Amino acid sequence: MWWIPAAAAQTFMPPAATDIAKRVNSIYEFLVISSLISFVIVIVGLVYFIQKYKRKSENDKTAYITHNYTLEFLWSFIPFVLFMVLFAWGAKVYWDMRVSPEDAMEIHVNAKKWDWEFIYKNGRKITSDVDDKGKRIPPTMVVPVNKPVKLIMTSIKLNPNDKRDRAVLHSFFVPAFRTKQDIVPGRYTALYFTPTKVGNFHVFCTEYCGTGHSQMLGMVKVVEDNDFNNWVLGSEGGGPKELSMADKGKQIYATRACIGCHSLDGTPMTGPTWKGLYGSDRQFNDGTSTTADENYLRESILNANAKIVKGFTANQMPSFQGQLTDEDVTNVIEFIKSVK
Amino acid sequence: MSTGNTHHYAHHFESAEHEYESSKQGVWIFLTSEILMFGVLFVGYMIYHHMYPEMFKYGAKALDWRLGALNTVVLLTSSLTMVLGVHYCQVNNKQKAVMNLAITIACGAIFMVVKYFEYSHKIHAGKLPGMWFTADTHGFENLPLYFSFYFMMTGLHGIHVLAGMCLILWVLIRANRGEFNENYYTPVEGVGLFWHLVDLIWIFLFPLLYLV
Amino acid sequence: MAGAGSNYLNHEKGIMSWLTSRDHKRIGLLYFYTVGFFFLLGGIFAMLIRTELFSAGMQFTPELYNRFMTYHGVIMVFFVIIPGIPAILGNIIMPLQIGARDVAFPLVNLMSWYCYIAGAALGVASLFMGETVLWGIFGGADTGWTFYTPYSIKFSAANITAAFAAFVAGFSSILTGVNFVATVHKLRCPGMTMNRIPLFVWALYATAILQVLATPVVGITVALLAMENIFGIGFFDPELGGDPVLFQHFFWFYSHPAVYIMILPAMGVISELITAFSKKTIFGYTAIAYSSLAIAGVSFLVWGHHMYVSSQSEIAGLVFSILTMFVGVPTAIKLFNWLATLYKGSIQMQSPMLYALGFLFIFTIGGVTGIFLATIATDVHFHDTYFVVAHFHYVMVGGTLMAIMGGALYWFPKITGKMFNESIARMSFVFIFVGFNVTFFPQFILGAMGMPRRYADYLPAFESLNRISSLGSYVIGFGFIIALYVFINGWRKGAPAPANPWGAKTLEWTVPSPPPHENFDKIPTVTAGPYEYR
Repeated sequence: MWWIPAAAAQTFMPPAATDIAKRVNSIYEFLVISSLISFVIVIVGLVYFIQKYKRKSENDKTAYITHNYTLEFLWSFIPFVLFMVLFAWGAKVYWDMRVSPEDAMEIHVNAKKWDWEFIYKNGRKITSDVDDKGKRIPPTMVVPVNKPVKLIMTSIKLNPNDKRDRAVLHSFFVPAFRTKQDIVPGRYTALYFTPTKVGNFHVFCTEYCGTGHSQMLGMVKVVEDNDFNNWVLGSEGGGPKELSMADKGKQIYATRACIGCHSLDGTPMTGPTWKGLYGSDRQFNDGTSTTADENYLRESILNANAKIVKGFTANQMPSFQGQLTDEDVTNVIEFIKSVK
Repeated sequence: MSTGNTHHYAHHFESAEHEYESSKQGVWIFLTSEILMFGVLFVGYMIYHHMYPEMFKYGAKALDWRLGALNTVVLLTSSLTMVLGVHYCQVNNKQKAVMNLAITIACGAIFMVVKYFEYSHKIHAGKLPGMWFTADTHGFENLPLYFSFYFMMTGLHGIHVLAGMCLILWVLIRANRGEFNENYYTPVEGVGLFWHLVDLIWIFLFPLLYLV
Repeated sequence: MAGAGSNYLNHEKGIMSWLTSRDHKRIGLLYFYTVGFFFLLGGIFAMLIRTELFSAGMQFTPELYNRFMTYHGVIMVFFVIIPGIPAILGNIIMPLQIGARDVAFPLVNLMSWYCYIAGAALGVASLFMGETVLWGIFGGADTGWTFYTPYSIKFSAANITAAFAAFVAGFSSILTGVNFVATVHKLRCPGMTMNRIPLFVWALYATAILQVLATPVVGITVALLAMENIFGIGFFDPELGGDPVLFQHFFWFYSHPAVYIMILPAMGVISELITAFSKKTIFGYTAIAYSSLAIAGVSFLVWGHHMYVSSQSEIAGLVFSILTMFVGVPTAIKLFNWLATLYKGSIQMQSPMLYALGFLFIFTIGGVTGIFLATIATDVHFHDTYFVVAHFHYVMVGGTLMAIMGGALYWFPKITGKMFNESIARMSFVFIFVGFNVTFFPQFILGAMGMPRRYADYLPAFESLNRISSLGSYVIGFGFIIALYVFINGWRKGAPAPANPWGAKTLEWTVPSPPPHENFDKIPTVTAGPYEYR
């Protein structure tokens, strides 16, 4: 198989649909070619030595060579340099792959046993469907071309009231984008991509999640900007009948008594205000600090006493663990994010 | 030939001294393995303590530090008597060796009895690990996790105390038969090392669980 | 006692003399039988996996496939490859090679075998527990051999039993490790300095250190997993405030060094084979010896490369990536040293040597594809795809199994006192080697195409390569049946073996085949290195 030309090797990879994917391909090509060269050196050497130094008689005299520092230095140093180059190159691409782009369009992803849900900010929710023959139609996430996308992903339970069931690990993998990210229950993980190619691309679950693991497929459909706007506005395929995520969060804010302690205009009440909360720097009573991201907000809603902001007291807020579903929590967070 | 003071070492050693050195090294290597095993629990403790400092502080209040301190004193005493037990084996004082080993076992027993009272108190109060926790969390949502650590760490340690007591009983019986002397006391020494490790781990557990 | 013709096989008789034996050679053989049995069992699960994947669509059910996949992994990792070389070949050969009459603690050695049996019994018992999926009796864990939480928190008896099986088997590994470290430190014969011990012993020594330091970590981790299933303690359960990713950290802190527990002894065997069959002293003894220790040391610091996309921080990913690159260097050193040993040698292509050269071929592919995975940007694509499956089978199966087979044939005359049938042994090599490459090379391509691992079913686009792979697996299976025949036939009907059939130089070849009960009549004194072919 090693005779397969390196140029063809790239064709085994699915088409590259992002710039990052093209850069990953370059590293991959370099790896394939350099591995091929090292492999050929080793195997040619091996075969040559076997032929040349075949045993001729029982009394063959062999050379007594114990070491050769020059050679040993070379075959340690050359691989070392090569490895370091690969590390640095890989690190650069990885870093660009993982850094949040400016003004990314956010889409929420809920993974569950064994399906995907894609939720847009305007409340539009894409789930899997079934065709006439009872065959599953995987859910399709529609995104505009050349626009950065940020997926905010978490894993949820099918039935929140089932005490024995557990939300499990999943992983969102788009081979054409060369990127994947595990989805961990109880927290949000993020994945970024900027598709540069229009088309349909497979989504796989790549973290073993049980019986339906291999059926947990999805699609990403990359469309032109105009098509996307039409799709979102609803001229194609229904359109938003639902409230936006932030509006749903606002309802919870009003009905679940958040409003009693958290203002929206910047005045501190029993609890900190929500105005400008998202992304701000939080100083805590024990001297530590953090940036208020989705995971911090989630923890504060579900386990209010975990971290107490400077100037406030503990044990004021009831725990909402088991009171709000994962979806409710995400909606409240979206609402907080909208209060700027 | 057989004065009772020569030890018949196993066939693959050169001398009794060689056997003693090798055995002692084997015990030490095994103890590093034990330390790594407890290490996982300690690392887990540190990580969750960092995640939920307030909750751990609150959880520690539920334990009675006086009982913990009592157990610390008991175990320290037992380590001393263990050292004396080894010493008296080395100087052929059978009677004192047996007595000291017996006190060591008794200390282990006292430790376990105190632990029993602590455990039963917590079990009655519903302060059980994880999902069996039925007491009031007082707003600390993950308080059951503290008791998971408490029961897992002290439980694993308790199993080691019991194992240590059985081992000491074994060397006590052998000492009583007069099998140990200045030329052969390897088992007592090995068991002693194990007992000191068990003691040492408690020295770390006590402040982490009861005081911090 | 030691009359003429008395050896360790016949000096005591009866099944009890075997089950209570403290002779390292007999314990090694006990391990050989039991590990061999589990190898066949794990192999059957492998065939079932490949049969399911022969075509797109379901041949069995996903529930059944997930159990095949889990038990193939659990059995092959915990009950075959980890004990494989150290407990069988290491036990039998290592004391002979350093001029000792036995390992340091013979009773502990026997205990370790009983721990293995207890763990194995629990593992088999777990097959009958949990939700039943076949004929109303077979159930078992379906967590994969990695037991990742929270999926493994199912309050299931099968999960609890499987976790305890791994825990108990871990004790067997720890006890072997303790024994070997003390043996290498204390029982070398006069003149056998650390710079003169054979490289197989160096490799076992580095392995034993890993066994002692890493195994307790996974032991307590799977014990906590069992507790999680019994009591719901919440360490790894996000619903109770725990962190499921912490389980992965603890698990890989052991399981990455475990990869080297599997491959280091194999490298040791290869060093022995290459020198013996090229009648030439090893090139770079010191470099090979210390690279074993270097690999062992660095292996504790690279566990996070299994978790680049697990939600650990980006910085951690980069640190683990560079540390992983460091492991590549000593591995490359070993490979080039073996190659240089062949230069100007007198090479004889006997079947053990064929396996050793097969190892070099396969391990080179396994090694370079490791760099694909260490490079963090490409790993994000390859992670949890068939590329990873192909890579670790190239290293662990191609590497370790080639070495086990080569080593078993090389020392077969010493262990049994009989010669095996050389031409059939060569045939077994051809089938295993060709079958192996046909099975696993297509999986690299499948991985690059993006087929995730642990899939009971796949897209039609992946079918043709999967079919080639499945056919290859049957060829491997056939090769091992031939190999089994070689062993059985050799033992029953083989010609008596001389003390040193290969003309090798290490100490085990100075005693009769099979060795007497106490190994050496008189403990030898060594005056030179292990590979003095002058």
